[in-house]
Amino acid sequence: MTILTHLQRLEAESIHIMREVAATCDNPVMLYSIGKDSSVMLHLAMKAFHPSNLPFPLMHVDTTWKFREMIDFRERFVADNNLNLITHINQDGVAQGIGPFSHGSAVHTDVMKTQGLKQALDKYGFDAAFGGARRDEEKSRAKERIFSFRSAQHRWDPKNQRPELWNLYNNRIQKGESMRVFPLSNWTELDIWQYIHLENIPIVPLYLAKERPVVERDGMLVMVDDDRLPLRDGEVPEMKMVRFRTLGCYPLTGAVESTATTLTEIIQEMLLTKTSERQGRAIDKDSNASMEQKKQEGYF
Amino acid sequence: MPKSHHDKSYEVQQSAQITNDIDGYLKEQEQKSFLRFITCGSVDDGKSTLIGRLLYDSKLIFEDQLASLESDSKKVGTQGGDIDFALLVDGLAAEREQGITIDVAYRFFSTDKRKFIVADTPGHEQYTRNMATGASSADVAVILIDARKGILTQTRRHSYIVNLLGIRHAVVAINKMDLVDYAEDTFQKIADDYREFAKNLNFSSITFVPMSALKGDNITEPSEQMSWYHGPALLGLLETIDISRQVTDAAFRMPVQWVNRPNLDFRGFSGTIAAGIVKQGDKIIALPSGKFSHVKSIVTSDGDLDFAVADQAVTLTLEDEIDISRGDVIAEFDRRPETTDQFQAQIIWMHDQPMLPGRPYLFKTTNKTVSGEVMDLKYKVNVNSLEHEAGKTLGLNEVGLCTVNLDNVIVFDCYKDTPALGSFIMIDKISNVTVAAGMIDFGLRRATNVHWQAVDVDKATRAEQKRQKPVVLWFTGLSASGKSTIANLVEKKLHVLGKHTYLLDGDNVRHGLNKDLGFVDADRVENIRRVGEVSKLMVDAGLIVLTAFISPFRAERRMVHDMLGENEFIEVFVDTPLTLCEQRDPKGLYKKARRGEIKNFTGFDSPYEPPERADIHLHTANMTAEEAADAVIAKIEESYL
Repeated sequence: MTILTHLQRLEAESIHIMREVAATCDNPVMLYSIGKDSSVMLHLAMKAFHPSNLPFPLMHVDTTWKFREMIDFRERFVADNNLNLITHINQDGVAQGIGPFSHGSAVHTDVMKTQGLKQALDKYGFDAAFGGARRDEEKSRAKERIFSFRSAQHRWDPKNQRPELWNLYNNRIQKGESMRVFPLSNWTELDIWQYIHLENIPIVPLYLAKERPVVERDGMLVMVDDDRLPLRDGEVPEMKMVRFRTLGCYPLTGAVESTATTLTEIIQEMLLTKTSERQGRAIDKDSNASMEQKKQEGYF
Repeated sequence: MPKSHHDKSYEVQQSAQITNDIDGYLKEQEQKSFLRFITCGSVDDGKSTLIGRLLYDSKLIFEDQLASLESDSKKVGTQGGDIDFALLVDGLAAEREQGITIDVAYRFFSTDKRKFIVADTPGHEQYTRNMATGASSADVAVILIDARKGILTQTRRHSYIVNLLGIRHAVVAINKMDLVDYAEDTFQKIADDYREFAKNLNFSSITFVPMSALKGDNITEPSEQMSWYHGPALLGLLETIDISRQVTDAAFRMPVQWVNRPNLDFRGFSGTIAAGIVKQGDKIIALPSGKFSHVKSIVTSDGDLDFAVADQAVTLTLEDEIDISRGDVIAEFDRRPETTDQFQAQIIWMHDQPMLPGRPYLFKTTNKTVSGEVMDLKYKVNVNSLEHEAGKTLGLNEVGLCTVNLDNVIVFDCYKDTPALGSFIMIDKISNVTVAAGMIDFGLRRATNVHWQAVDVDKATRAEQKRQKPVVLWFTGLSASGKSTIANLVEKKLHVLGKHTYLLDGDNVRHGLNKDLGFVDADRVENIRRVGEVSKLMVDAGLIVLTAFISPFRAERRMVHDMLGENEFIEVFVDTPLTLCEQRDPKGLYKKARRGEIKNFTGFDSPYEPPERADIHLHTANMTAEEAADAVIAKIEESYL
């Protein structure tokens, strides 16, 4: 008699969730952020529907400030695996010249990411969107359902969530309303890395340490990914061995100094580290409950 | 800063292993066993503090989180500047402000022996439903009791619910022992009380631990304050509790979730195995169709498997081309699940609006969503005494034993044998909200034995003889809106045209068929259900049926609509403003309602839900009753007369 391992259980649960959406939702989409969690989610989706192709498209909401290596990785991965990817950019934001330096991280994230996502969901009329969020990431996520209801305005009402029992998911909605579905809810950061290791899942090389040009700014190591980064007086990009624990817009994502150049070294480093992975993210610190607020407004 | 109780030498040893033998470490991690547990108990029993403490002591708190915890503790903490562990887990802003936990939160931690997922659930009575949510996926319940207070209503309620949901192992954590001077008598007294209470429950093990989450006594390490206690600390207990079920003996079940058909050459059935084991070559049966075949292959993207076990998500292909779709269950040929459209179940009601027998709801089982209704509430359970009480409806957080009738058959096992095939949720048809959770006890034989008597003279032949198309004209509207007057005129006009009709009037029916019913919501639903059934028989007899009932709820009007065949139901909305109805008031009912002499009067203290898309909409403020009747005739003339 085999007893399933922890990761096998998590894998099966995620696959069950994805199949449930494919079988019962009219027009689902998988949000793909190019990060490690997205990579795991996509890998699981390919397993869930094998030997069929994915029964839904992927969508990347591009803020135009992602690391160049992320975009390269996305293009290559999509082409290699013959995937159907929609890329959406908030063109209103582009026309207004919104960016993290000119408008600050809060406005940039709201317009290019949150508003951009809502725009895209409305444009294609998706009734369910998979996201790679995990409950261990952040306090308000710990309380979110796997099938999380969104009003027609894309709002999340944390006080009024549908009870979610067993694996019986209630995804019934009215026209205009939608579901955000989180198949990785019960995975932890360690589970993700272990699974990437075990399954040889390709990830963006930015997760591995390499000499990269960075400047230290407000306690954060910012990588000089292109010439849009305005250097302040006295700032000179310096080559440092760094890597990233999470990936987002390059000016908002802090690097950590590291010598971990292989997957196992990353895991080693992660296990011995003393700070949480969201620590490198500028947007979480705006206020105490900032993530919960953003989520109520429609941020993923 | 409080000292960590975690074993330092273990930590050092672990770090060394991570540094020197990461592959070995990962292999060990992979093989760790896994436990899901739930913490429950009354508000202020210290649940959040306990989980915060477990996370803290098992080194799951990072430096940045700790820094923010320390600053939060000073700002809003309740521990006089010391670390308030509850703040770690009470994640939502509203909770931090009010100091309560309003929703179930899932937490993750691991020790060198096990990985854990904790469902931290709310203690307040109005959030009992969130607690049931957490319990549905847990193997063990940690029930907290405040040593100063002993067993409370919520302790009983939560114990009952976790037991009802099939959790077999209870750990009763008698907390805040520091506040009763670590007294053994206090602990023993509460343990005895609990054992007495739990006699009526079916836990296979109950373990008692005296502890203080705040001070760290008996959480990860044995307490120095309670040398009289010889059992393991809470964490040690959770690491060793044996939750393995006898899965090998269970019959194979796989609800089909999704049909996998990439091309004409491949037809697979994808699903998660709910119970048992399946091997290549096994003889299986598909239900409810009853067709059988053999397993040709067990397909995964990592290659075909020789066998697969419960909880694995796989794709099966079969030797024979048999028609199987989502909603079907593939099962072991010799030991089959049952098929029924009527069953008895325990139902936990989770919504503010009460459960009304007879009202149609959606029932979602593992892979099928079917319309149906609760036929009968046999009894409610008083969670304090566990005694059975009579009742007509179930309110928020109430539990009752019900019989359920579905519009379509489902495949099931009873909940205690196969939880995945015996559980369901109930969904409100209009708001789409999850209103209840249920666990099937057994199928009712009636469903399989009573067949509809097929007769040779049928609806069509009867209607043909009368040269008309049978239909129900369903008049709905407020009291004194003119339903009966208009319906009466329509019937007269139809009679003149030589049509066979029957008028069912609200008042008349209440003197006979429905004289046992009052005006509370549950009775209103039953009133309409009976009228619907009578109308259905009359339509079967070939008649044009006119009904004049306030019928205030959309759900019941839809229920009657659903009972009848295609084009056999015409909803006529007699739309008269409340003020006008009150002016007319032919029976003086509005006056009585104003004086408070009639309770549950529609339009006053009982709601009227107007039709969203009536087939015929009569604005009676602008027309006479005669004109309204003509409008109805004009509308049905072409298709029905």
